[in-house]
Amino acid sequence: MNGGVKRIISQNVRESCLLAVIFVLAVAVNIRSGGNFLTARNLSDMFVETSILAILTMGMMSVIITGGIDLSVGSTMALAGMVGTSVLRDSMNEAGQGISPILIIALAVGIGMLAGLLNGILISWFHVLPIIATLGTMNIYRGVTYLVSGGSWVLQQNMTTSFMAVATGKLLGINNLIWIALVVFAVNFYFLGYARTGRKIYAVGNSLESAAVSGINTKRTITLTYVIAGAMAGLAGILYVCKYAASQGETATGYELNVIASCVLGGVSVSGGSGKVHGAILGAILFGMLNNALPLLKISPFWQEAIRGLIILASIVVNAIVSRRSTRKVLERRAIA
Amino acid sequence: MSKLQTNVMAHRSLQNERPFSTKRFFLQWEWMLVLLFIIINVINTFLSPNYLVFDSIMSAIQMFCDKAILVFPMMLVILVGDIDISVASIMALSAVIMGVGYNAGLPMGAAILLALCVGGACGFVNGILLVKFKELSPMIVTLVGQIVFRGIASIILEDGAAGSFPSWFQYLGWGYVGRIPFILIVVLIEAVIFLYAIHFTRFGRNVYAMGNNETTARYSGIKTDRIRLFIYVLMGIFAGIAAIFLASKMGSVRPSVAKGYEMDVIAMVVLGGVSNNGGKGRVIGVVIATFIVGLLRYGLGIVNVPSQTIMIIVGVLLIVAVIIPNLKSTLGGYRWFQKLMR
Repeated sequence: MNGGVKRIISQNVRESCLLAVIFVLAVAVNIRSGGNFLTARNLSDMFVETSILAILTMGMMSVIITGGIDLSVGSTMALAGMVGTSVLRDSMNEAGQGISPILIIALAVGIGMLAGLLNGILISWFHVLPIIATLGTMNIYRGVTYLVSGGSWVLQQNMTTSFMAVATGKLLGINNLIWIALVVFAVNFYFLGYARTGRKIYAVGNSLESAAVSGINTKRTITLTYVIAGAMAGLAGILYVCKYAASQGETATGYELNVIASCVLGGVSVSGGSGKVHGAILGAILFGMLNNALPLLKISPFWQEAIRGLIILASIVVNAIVSRRSTRKVLERRAIA
Repeated sequence: MSKLQTNVMAHRSLQNERPFSTKRFFLQWEWMLVLLFIIINVINTFLSPNYLVFDSIMSAIQMFCDKAILVFPMMLVILVGDIDISVASIMALSAVIMGVGYNAGLPMGAAILLALCVGGACGFVNGILLVKFKELSPMIVTLVGQIVFRGIASIILEDGAAGSFPSWFQYLGWGYVGRIPFILIVVLIEAVIFLYAIHFTRFGRNVYAMGNNETTARYSGIKTDRIRLFIYVLMGIFAGIAAIFLASKMGSVRPSVAKGYEMDVIAMVVLGGVSNNGGKGRVIGVVIATFIVGLLRYGLGIVNVPSQTIMIIVGVLLIVAVIIPNLKSTLGGYRWFQKLMR
């Protein structure tokens, strides 16, 4: 039993450290904020908030594993949310009944997948660098969102109660959003860790040439990662507008930075090829915790952005130093043998 | 010298002195840009009868010259195969510190100098991180820079504004020398300096070498770290310069100024034919592309195209500009494409 725990820890040094940091930070924040952090209400708020970020992180991590980046997720969220809620608004009758929320969510995911497909085609078939392609589509999708909305908002009165219930409803006392995030996590955990296609994503990220030589269709694999990221962005987008009961052109502006930060905190290497699903989810939780804790600690909102940036910076630098040292250790061991 | 060697030498010299071909000359990317430039001007002329008046063109150009200042150092960054998406935040931070410094009693000259130093310092931070931690990608480092630099600006000024600069300071952004905007002259001088530095100096050749293959460049004795650091510091200093002109134009500064500038600047550089894989591109193309994007925005503004639609158009332009040079390698495998090109 004891040996088993030891083995799990030694295989997941990074993730164990992250978990420890989260616990220490939680206790510290709780003490500093006078016991306001570790209350059932605040924790549930925090996890509901974080579940959207976690869903996006799950999508983004496969893109980053291939060595790419997707800056367009924030805009895709806005677009999917806007199209979904617009369709919902137009379908509503006087009694306040409309299309079933399941269909709306499916529609949003579909739009996200289309947006991701365009990114993927540009990147893998037309050899556009991921950052430039998604910087372009970030603006395009955001612009299309404005065109779809015509500059107006979709508000609470334009949404059906059954749709709103998606974000507020509970199952076994736990908010639906958390359940959705857990399902996405479980699927992704299996997909990236054990499914053949998921392992191909790691192979492509480790070395594009070797992957191509060993018979992996690299273009299709890379495109797939962007489709996944887009689908998750679509899902997160519709849940986001559902949670805040408002959809507008500015929805989720700059959200991509939070997502990339969560991935980086969770140890998904930006140079590609490595990163664990449970690490990424811990990264998202840590980031969500920071977002929740900074206002509780009464830190001025004007300081929060810089603090968040510095934390990301610190984590990537520490990550670089740690991985450098472990590589050196491995090399030394080899030299002795 | 063996026969084989002579053959190889002859082959090489032949490759170096390819005969002039009119077809190849006109197939250059720059001609395509010239064509696009003319098309945009013709469209603008049709849209607004007052467009082709010298003074109105000059005032249109004045509108985007603060972005044009950033284009040439960004070209260097992209030439070595990197990217810098923190420039807009560096601009905001330099502008805010300049404004706060002036309001705190610094003479305007010192405040301007301070803005340049802040810009240079931000660039140095980006550069030193990239040089010391080679495993970090420029994308992620400058992304963090984007958050942190604007974050510091908003710590300093919160949601306030700084400004009420002396009246002569307005001249930088709004002044004219004869009938030509002062800022345009600055940009043109900058373009000439960069043209010389990039195409006619050893530094410029080293930059191209780095962009083509950094490892090879390092092994042939080019101090790649020093060059990279220099380029990022330069980028920062020019972001400071752009901040000065922007502040002069706007009259007051806020932490939110220049949001989204990096997108336009990168679009200008990439449209100018600078390859995002590094090591390709010419200053003249970038100059034309700068005017294309700037005048396109101006022209769309004349006919009241909403700014969101302009966002879409610039985004499409950015992507199309990158796709076209890659088309040959993408479609090269298809027979219909080979027939078409033959």
